[in-house]
Amino acid sequence: MNEMTPIKTTPKDWETDQEVRWCPGCGDYAVLKAVQRTMPELGVRPENTVFISGIGCSSRFPYYMETYGFHTIHGRAPAVATGVKLANPDLDVWIITGDGDALSIGGNHTMHLLRRNLDCQILLFNNEIYGLTKGQYSPTSRVGTRSPSTPFGSVDRSASPCAFALGSGARFIARGIDTHKNLPQVLKAAHGHKGASFVEIYQNCIVYNDDVFAPFTEKANASANQVWLENGQPILFAGGTKGIHLDRYALTLVVVDVVDGKWKEAGVIVHDETNKGVAQMLIDMRLEDGFPMALGVIYQDPAPTFEGAVIEQNLAASKGKTPNLQALISKGQTWQVDKEPHRA
Amino acid sequence: MATAARELTPAEASAHPAAESVVVRFAGDSGDGMQLTGGQFTLSTALAGNDLATFPDFPAEIRAPQGTLFGVSAFQINFGSTAIETAGDEPDVLIAMNPAALKTNVGALKPGGLIIADEGEFGARNLAKAGYDVSPLTDGSLSKWQLLSFNISQLTMDSVKPFGLGNKEALRCKNMWTLGLALWMFDRSREPIVDWLKAKFAKAPELAEANIAALNAGHAYGETAELSAPLKQHHIAPAPAEAGLYRTVTGAEAISDGLVAGAQLAGIKMFFGGYPITPASAILHHLSRLKEYGVTTFQAEDEIAAIASAIGASYAGQLGVTSSSGPGIALKGEAMGLAVMTELPLVIVNSQRGGPSTGLPTKTEQSDLYQSVYGRNGDTPIPVIAARSPADAFECAIEAVRIATQFMTPVILLTDGYIANAAEPWKVPDMSSYAPFPVKYLEEVPASGFKPYGRDEKLARPWVKPGTPGLLHRIGGIEKQVDTGHIDYSPANHQAMTDIRKAKVDGIADHVPEQEVTLGNSGGKLALVGWGSTFGPIHQAVRRQRAKGRDVSHIHIRHIWPLPKNLGALLKGYEKIIVPEMNTGQLKTVLRDQYLVDARPLTKVSGQPFRIAEIEAAIESALS
Repeated sequence: MNEMTPIKTTPKDWETDQEVRWCPGCGDYAVLKAVQRTMPELGVRPENTVFISGIGCSSRFPYYMETYGFHTIHGRAPAVATGVKLANPDLDVWIITGDGDALSIGGNHTMHLLRRNLDCQILLFNNEIYGLTKGQYSPTSRVGTRSPSTPFGSVDRSASPCAFALGSGARFIARGIDTHKNLPQVLKAAHGHKGASFVEIYQNCIVYNDDVFAPFTEKANASANQVWLENGQPILFAGGTKGIHLDRYALTLVVVDVVDGKWKEAGVIVHDETNKGVAQMLIDMRLEDGFPMALGVIYQDPAPTFEGAVIEQNLAASKGKTPNLQALISKGQTWQVDKEPHRA
Repeated sequence: MATAARELTPAEASAHPAAESVVVRFAGDSGDGMQLTGGQFTLSTALAGNDLATFPDFPAEIRAPQGTLFGVSAFQINFGSTAIETAGDEPDVLIAMNPAALKTNVGALKPGGLIIADEGEFGARNLAKAGYDVSPLTDGSLSKWQLLSFNISQLTMDSVKPFGLGNKEALRCKNMWTLGLALWMFDRSREPIVDWLKAKFAKAPELAEANIAALNAGHAYGETAELSAPLKQHHIAPAPAEAGLYRTVTGAEAISDGLVAGAQLAGIKMFFGGYPITPASAILHHLSRLKEYGVTTFQAEDEIAAIASAIGASYAGQLGVTSSSGPGIALKGEAMGLAVMTELPLVIVNSQRGGPSTGLPTKTEQSDLYQSVYGRNGDTPIPVIAARSPADAFECAIEAVRIATQFMTPVILLTDGYIANAAEPWKVPDMSSYAPFPVKYLEEVPASGFKPYGRDEKLARPWVKPGTPGLLHRIGGIEKQVDTGHIDYSPANHQAMTDIRKAKVDGIADHVPEQEVTLGNSGGKLALVGWGSTFGPIHQAVRRQRAKGRDVSHIHIRHIWPLPKNLGALLKGYEKIIVPEMNTGQLKTVLRDQYLVDARPLTKVSGQPFRIAEIEAAIESALS
């Protein structure tokens, strides 16, 4: 993000003339629309905005945004973004990545970008599958996922993107759903956070992994299985009839019933987005254990940014020094030869 | 290595080998401080006005087990009163701090040369570790050489006694005692070393004093001890040199300064993304201290992130630079392709070392030429420049920046472990004599409309910094449509873009100097064609053979890709061509491929530079 005068744009201003080439019904379309709808609300300038992606279906995203864009190589978008942001910290950088791109081939870069806290937004499109290469299981696929490379079901346990981010030192972690109306709100919060903002977006792959998130994204399941977090508000779901309680002895979360909106009496906790311990527990909530999925801003606790620290140190180290190339190359132990010495 | 700051004058070229030059080799345990001793001896030799070349030769282990053969660290210096091109074939003097150092180095010593050994270290344990049954100092096995052995360890301990150091710390001053003796032997001033010690141990003055005492004691020992014949003082007169300011420079320093100079001549800031690797790290270290020159350095999480961040910085309008050695360069391969596809400027420095895989991390080799010219997926042309010496690396770095920014292309700059670590005197150039090559970013829509992949007369595409209004566009590694840069997989377009990328890099040959004959004639019986750090031994060998009346010339190539456009015609003027290189014949292959000439290889991959005599033998055999 950057501090320029807000300008007025419309979603249309953020569309390119390129034909969008995702499979019909792909969740990526919804995310693209949500981003294009969000940008005008941020008041930012297209020319100051850079979308940087790796490789995968979602990584075609920059071609469809009327901004500067860089479709890089598999897994390396965070590293390219780091160079971009260090060279010009005024640019508003968005990283578009997927579960394979960010957590498999590019896991190392994702980890280091998060721990360094580069100021950017990372949108991780998690569809729990390799779509572009035709459906192999991914690091976020659940155990037992049948795919061309795992015809008898995958046996390795899956990675949790938000837990990975938290463990890597991320200071902003949020979750959204491709088609959910709240996605722009999550994106706005991510943009408003100064530092690395990590957003996991549950994105449906209609061809290779259709409905893998349906147990909580389907309309019929949404109320019971989604809990949208709001800082300072009680953690309630199922139309306010249920809430999340912290068992302070066992240090675990518990689902409790809330009668007549009396959440305090039910022991429901208030969401404090700076509480890292509770954030870890919210991230770990699983449907199969009877919990709803935690969505919205799970954790936010700003810290100084990497590029800010680099620039500050560059300035401090340069202070009072005048660059003089001739002096630089004349450094060290030198000696003067005044004339050709006589030859014996 | 070679003093490429200056080529030989015609008078020097026809002269016989310099009589007034001496090769000294300091060898000891890797914990004995031999590199430091050699470095300081180099400094005082440079200050005495001698021309010089050095060869640091150290193990890959930081502290290999004490007293072992593989833990020996050596530093060789060749200095003299005429132009010095190599670190010397055979040492005249070997200073051996223990039996292992003696065993691994004495074979190279010139017959009749002088051995100075620390007999205090020749106890039973150290002898056994070096594989000696009896002490070579007493069994007559060294009779081919002159031998001087005395208890340097004890003499050092005695000299630092007043400072109350522990045994271990006192013995650490041994290298300074030895340096003191060497300075006396060659009539060198102790003053710069004393200044250096005071600065180095500013926070521990007692250590500075102890080291200075050891230095003085070694010097006094040479002056006063009643030694038998061999230890006599030598005086090497200063070498003739052009008037001007001189300094010693290592390749790593020269490349760092050259990159900064290049960025300044281009009028842009520099971003350096690096990851620690031997022997390339020194460049990262140097540049990280030059922030006031608009340099941002970034120690990335791996080699791939190092180059990817540099590409990101170039995209944002700075000069992206990354640096590594062979294994790291291999990791960067895919990202190099991205830089080719997106046509962004980038400098990739490869300080080559022995390969493959981890290979010989601290030894030198020139075996990454194929990797540089051919080593990527797809048809991925990248210009390649090779530095021939530490001082030459400065010019090559500027040239790399010029080509990268003028042609919107990644450029590979090849150096090697030898160039990176070795030092040579360098006549400090006058920066005002370099023509600037300012970068012009595209900042508004041209009259003909904005084409992200439109081209100038050099086929370079425009450089547009994100943040520029009106020029929004997208780039990436997928094949680009001619002019627009949109995604385009169509057969005709891929053919067209592949042709354009090739033509752009080929066209660089029109903008680099034609190949000159470094020494000798354009045409004749035999040409020795070299590249990189083999400059010194090739040049000396050719000089010596020409002095004997043989028709042999030396051609040394800086622009490895594209090759200078007159090179083919030039090579065809010789009856025979020999390509000496520290690999199994890589430039030889390229020359044969490009020009259908019968280039013959002369190869060496022992981790050691060529000896002049080895090249002379090849010349004699080819011309006999």
